Amino acid sequence: MEDERSFLDICGGPLTLRRRYYSSYCREFGLSSARLSLRSVTAVTCTVWLVAYGLFTLFENSMILSSAIFITILGLLGYLHFVKIDQETLLIIDSLGIQMTSSYASGKESTTFIEMDKVKDVIVNEAIYMKVIYYLCILLKDPVKPHEISQVVPVFQSTKPRLDCLIEVYRSCQEILARQKATSASP
Amino acid sequence: MVLKAFFPTCCASADSGLLVGRWVPEQNSAVVLAVVHFPFIPIQVKELLAQVQKVSQVHVAVLGTWCHRQQEPKESLGHFLEGLGAIFSHDPWLQLCRERGTRFWSCKAYHQVSTTPDKSIEDQVMLIFYDQRKVLLSWLHPPTVLPDCQAGDTTASAGGLADIFDTVARSEVLFQNNQFDEGPVRLSHWQSEGVEASILVELTKQASGPVCLLLASLLSLLSAVSACRLWKLWPLSFIRRKLSTCEQLQHRLKHLSLIFSTQKAQSPTQLMKKANMLVSVLIDVALGLLLLSWLHNNNRIGQLANALVPVADRVAEELQHLLQWLMGAPAGLKMNRALDQVLGRFFLYHIHLWISYIHLMSPFIEHILWHVGLSACLGMTVALSILSDIIALLTFHIYCFYVYGARLYCLKIYGLSSLWRLFRGKKWNVLRQRVDSCSYDLDQLFIGTLLFTILVFLLPTTALYYLVFTLLRLLVVTVQGMIHLLVDLINSLPLYSLGLRLCRPYRLAAGVKFRVLEQEAGRPLRLLMQGITVLCAFLPL
Repeated sequence: MEDERSFLDICGGPLTLRRRYYSSYCREFGLSSARLSLRSVTAVTCTVWLVAYGLFTLFENSMILSSAIFITILGLLGYLHFVKIDQETLLIIDSLGIQMTSSYASGKESTTFIEMDKVKDVIVNEAIYMKVIYYLCILLKDPVKPHEISQVVPVFQSTKPRLDCLIEVYRSCQEILARQKATSASP
Repeated sequence: MVLKAFFPTCCASADSGLLVGRWVPEQNSAVVLAVVHFPFIPIQVKELLAQVQKVSQVHVAVLGTWCHRQQEPKESLGHFLEGLGAIFSHDPWLQLCRERGTRFWSCKAYHQVSTTPDKSIEDQVMLIFYDQRKVLLSWLHPPTVLPDCQAGDTTASAGGLADIFDTVARSEVLFQNNQFDEGPVRLSHWQSEGVEASILVELTKQASGPVCLLLASLLSLLSAVSACRLWKLWPLSFIRRKLSTCEQLQHRLKHLSLIFSTQKAQSPTQLMKKANMLVSVLIDVALGLLLLSWLHNNNRIGQLANALVPVADRVAEELQHLLQWLMGAPAGLKMNRALDQVLGRFFLYHIHLWISYIHLMSPFIEHILWHVGLSACLGMTVALSILSDIIALLTFHIYCFYVYGARLYCLKIYGLSSLWRLFRGKKWNVLRQRVDSCSYDLDQLFIGTLLFTILVFLLPTTALYYLVFTLLRLLVVTVQGMIHLLVDLINSLPLYSLGLRLCRPYRLAAGVKFRVLEQEAGRPLRLLMQGITVLCAFLPL
């Protein structure tokens, strides 16, 4: 079962939440942000090249132009490969764990998997940064003291959705975690 | 909890048969290690499993049946498979089935409590495919359990997925039977096409035993010699501390004894460390031999030796010019003429002595350089350390000047601070480590003030000499520092791990990730488990 809905992120940009229910114990949430717009790429390239051309007319050194081209290309490649995150996915599987994937614009994917034994709870926490913002995070158990929290792992850090989107994800996660707690409590 | 079945990807196309593996009750998961094909005799299968259990301490059992329907569905096969549940009793009993023509599987898990198959259980089985070869080669399992642990202690508290990997890793003996063996039972697993090995690796393993023993004894002899009491006598221990070559040689000796020690590596990080050290030593020696061949070509050593004395002369000349400049009016400052002349002449005489010494040594320089160049075969790092030591020796006079200037300046500052306290009527109390007031006699005050004024007016001269020679010394130290940085880089760059990251990324796996495969409603969920490659997890330095 799959459905898509549009939301807004903290800064007002458009987001798309894609939910897939593979089964009653396995769900996936993919948040995609807006792709790199041609307008911004053209604007930055034009600015850099105009500045380089201005320096060239001042210094009469053609190295400036070639270095400007290099910098633009390398900068764009670096931005696509290391900075621009296109989609963030949260896959939650009952009794196995939670997996978070970030896919970059160049196709690179970076994945983190947390086993269900280590997960204490999934919560929506609030932070104050110029205004109040909300973020979803996973609380991890301390291996030594099981009733204490050892780590807080925030999810959807680059796409930064607003509270309405987070509530949807939170509700689904809590359903699965409730199942998990019910089955692990019973012998 | 959902029942998880870990199934090896290599058995997905195997013929029908029995599933053999381990059941982990704490996580409600069944780890399938191999498939036993028809025909088989149940007694022999049970014997094989008991053997494997004895050797590997893994509780291997028959978990269920596997049915690969490639031809028309045979109903008799279905009943036969169900009947096997009575012979090999296991709770829960798995039935995996793959239909021809569809990519979807069906799994049923029966619990012994109910005699009739409960259809609702089918939804709750999750199939996770894993690549046996990659799991075994990527060391995701925890380090080997110590032999003095209890035999029944198989569930050592490495919870979760680490337990699964541990199971697969410890069942190596099950994977030794392949299809070319004439055994009674036919198995299917990742090595059923033949045990994966390479002749070179096996030969190296056989040869490494005696070679390691020999080298370890040689190295222990060397270490004993270097640690003997003779070296602790005063001049030798002082030289040893100051020369960076000795330190580098000792460092390398330690590395080599670690590499060739007869103890096997206990954990993957230790193995990585050893491998990194070995690669670093080999690259070092290779670079050193390259340097050696370059030096001995075209009589470069002779050219170097001939260039050395004029360079030393040039440096001395520049120093003399500098001192003449200081003795005049440096940067427009007015110096105290008498002190200036004294210090300047003292340093000039020192330079003169140094130059005569260099000229005395000049006939022997070529021989010394030639023999020192031979030491490059011990490694590039040793050659670089020798270069750094030669620079230190050649600029020894700069070091001396720095020491003289610093001592003078230090004395002057102490004197000034103490006399300044006297000027104000205070005294340093050594017992109480603080400044106390004190009443001085008139003549003490008079002489003290006189000395204070003298020192104050001589201050710019001494300060300038101190500044100039400190800067020179800093320059030499910077050059030596860069050489040491290069040596450290060669020593500690983990080239083996970097090479592994480029060529065999699955060996550096530090975690797993799951991918949901194509799924149909009503069918069990299928996931593919893969390793995540991380460079930083295996960088022990």
